[in-house]
Amino acid sequence: MTDETTNSLRDAIQEAISENPVILFMKGNPEAPACGFSARTVAMLQSIGARFAAVDILPDPRIRQELSAISSWPTIPQLFVDGELIGGCDIVSEMYETGELAQTLGIAPPANGGPAGGGAPGEAPPLTIENRL
Amino acid sequence: MPATPEGLKERIEAGIPGAVASVTGDGHHFNAVVSAAAFRGLPRLAQHRLVYDVFGEELGDRIHALSIQTRTTESEEMS
Repeated sequence: MTDETTNSLRDAIQEAISENPVILFMKGNPEAPACGFSARTVAMLQSIGARFAAVDILPDPRIRQELSAISSWPTIPQLFVDGELIGGCDIVSEMYETGELAQTLGIAPPANGGPAGGGAPGEAPPLTIENRL
Repeated sequence: MPATPEGLKERIEAGIPGAVASVTGDGHHFNAVVSAAAFRGLPRLAQHRLVYDVFGEELGDRIHALSIQTRTTESEEMS
């Protein structure tokens, strides 16, 4: 692997993070998560009707290496909102339970009296970083 | 040598000053509840990073998965 390849992969990841308001790096994809932590995170996002882009890190181990180098976060999944790392499954779980997750994503909390403009559940197409190289 | 909940607990408590950890796990997947005064005033992300930093490269490798819940010592007293 050349330095050039590493750099363009890192750039592609960085670009995906800045171009997508909500993006989840996970094992597998939202339809078929390949890890319980990724599955749980997807389920929480979907249950509050969040729209999010998803990247499967499994096809190439360098995706995970570069992602962790960018985020200083060792584990997968990783959720980014507006270019900022929110956290992994544990933090998303805590935020889901306190209602902070919906708040961070700008989604009205469900059925707290009054109609909440929900929007369709997240159907953004999964991105594949490696195809952009 | 396989990782044990007791081993992880000791290392967290040694690695983060004043930390008290409760760790469960099966040798691969672990769950750690960590209270520390050092967490005070830090965002959750930074609190979790302090715990991850104790294990570095072992995460995802020797320690397959580590779930973390952090508490500041203060909020523990309040509950």
